[in-house]
Amino acid sequence: MLDKLFMYLEFPYVRYAIIVGVLIALCSSLLGVTLVLKRYSFIGDGLSHVAFGALAIATVLNFTNRMLIVLPLTIVSAILLLRKGQNAKVKGDAAIAMISVGALAFGYLLMNVFPSSSNVSGDVCSTLFGSQSILTLTQTEVLVSGILAVIVVGIFIIFYNRIFAITFDENFANAVGTNVGFYNLLIATVIAIIIVLAMNLVGSLLISALVIFPALSAMRILKSFRAVIVFSAISSVTCALAGLLISILAGTPVGSTIVAVDVLLFFTCTIVGRIKA
Amino acid sequence: MSLLAAKNLTVGYDGHGVLSDINFEINQGDYFCIVGENGSGKTTLMKTILGLQSPIEGKIEYGDGFSKNEIGYLPQQTEVQRDFPASVFEIVLSGCQNSLGRRFFYSDEQKKLAYKNIKKMGIADLKNRCYRELSGGQQQRVLLARALCATKRALLLDEPVAGLDPNVTSEMYQLIKELNDEGLTIIMISHDIQNIQNYASHIYDVNRGKEAPSC
Ligand SMILES: Nc1ncnc2c1ncn2[C@@H]1O[C@H](COP(=O)(O)OP(=O)(O)OP(=O)(O)O)[C@@H](O)[C@H]1O
Ligand SMILES: [Mg+2]
Repeated sequence: MLDKLFMYLEFPYVRYAIIVGVLIALCSSLLGVTLVLKRYSFIGDGLSHVAFGALAIATVLNFTNRMLIVLPLTIVSAILLLRKGQNAKVKGDAAIAMISVGALAFGYLLMNVFPSSSNVSGDVCSTLFGSQSILTLTQTEVLVSGILAVIVVGIFIIFYNRIFAITFDENFANAVGTNVGFYNLLIATVIAIIIVLAMNLVGSLLISALVIFPALSAMRILKSFRAVIVFSAISSVTCALAGLLISILAGTPVGSTIVAVDVLLFFTCTIVGRIKA
Repeated sequence: MSLLAAKNLTVGYDGHGVLSDINFEINQGDYFCIVGENGSGKTTLMKTILGLQSPIEGKIEYGDGFSKNEIGYLPQQTEVQRDFPASVFEIVLSGCQNSLGRRFFYSDEQKKLAYKNIKKMGIADLKNRCYRELSGGQQQRVLLARALCATKRALLLDEPVAGLDPNVTSEMYQLIKELNDEGLTIIMISHDIQNIQNYASHIYDVNRGKEAPSC
């Protein structure tokens, strides 16, 4: 079995997939804790649909580097959605559902009206479930993912204390003069970057799982914010690595395999949490 | 120049006033108490003072070079998620966020300050416990310790003794008084008229809209 693994590792696209996979798992788990706690889990879902719509536009327009169009569009949507969420007069969940469903429908429509390949439903399927795209990464895409991941992790570490402060008690932070608006904007931008990154790995439908599961698993068993962050980062990377290797060896779809491992860990943590309590 | 002044202020929600014609001045070193019935708008007024919501009419003027990062604040209710994983120390330390300035991480002095305030509130043995597993009174003390970490010139307290046992309540008043004697401005909402009369330098009744100087 190891022989088989080493044989696969000879191929650059397999190595690329593993590198990018681990980077995405790391980034998404970091922000996942904040998202889950701020009750923004829905934003992951909404944004991934926006990213899907943007991807459709990029495909139809025949962009060579599709990230150039997907990233700005998703960031703008993230900022808008987070603004809406803060404004009590606008029903936040309805706005997100609208944008999310609209973008999904619009993207699918575009792909059908202007088919860039003969296999439209195959294309859509791989965008949603990410089954193929991770194995077709180019060197540039790996580089871009790497740079974005470094930025995300850097921002998270640098602003860790502020992120904790506004996640725990936004009103207090605001009252004592922390620039809550700016940090919410920053979080929105980083989330958008992570979603776009993650689309390459697990596809838009499974992104939420990647963002939410490591955080939820950690929260079952740990009781301080830092411990939860560290555990979810480590467990997310481990699950991603395990999922990737399993999918290479067993020939299963990458995204679903990773999420399956994440779900398994979640149930393990739930049981451990019960026993401890 | 006063630290803080309300001028013909109306506070409320969605354009509807809850309290109107609010006028008062608070000077450095005052012990300013806000009293009134349930639902009369005390919390709304304090949130407006803090800039968490905007006035419907009139304005709040800050003077004396007073800025928001010199404030310590104890909310009446903190909408903390029931499943939020955070240790007592992490929460108290987050009170130092307004003195981070351009730095990203807390200094050793700030950590010492957090620990000092934890001890002051008598919760040193809970330092590493999870906030969500504490009793209401213990949680209140954690948030008070956090407010103490944040304060430099003014301390705004929304019913600080609610849920505390009699011993801690009198210790609490003693502590607030000491802070006031050290020059800290206290702005406090309370229903505890008896204790307030002993300590406060000014009492503002939101129902009468008048400031009745005590003692
Ligand atoms: N978020 C809100 N939206 C709309 N109305 C609100 C909101 N919060 C409070 N109110 C209303 O504003 C009024 C004043 O509320 P507030 O919380 O300021 O009272 P309070 O004086 O602090 O009372 P208590 O002594 O019970 O703490 C109440 O009638 C309340 O129903
Ligand atoms: Mg109140």
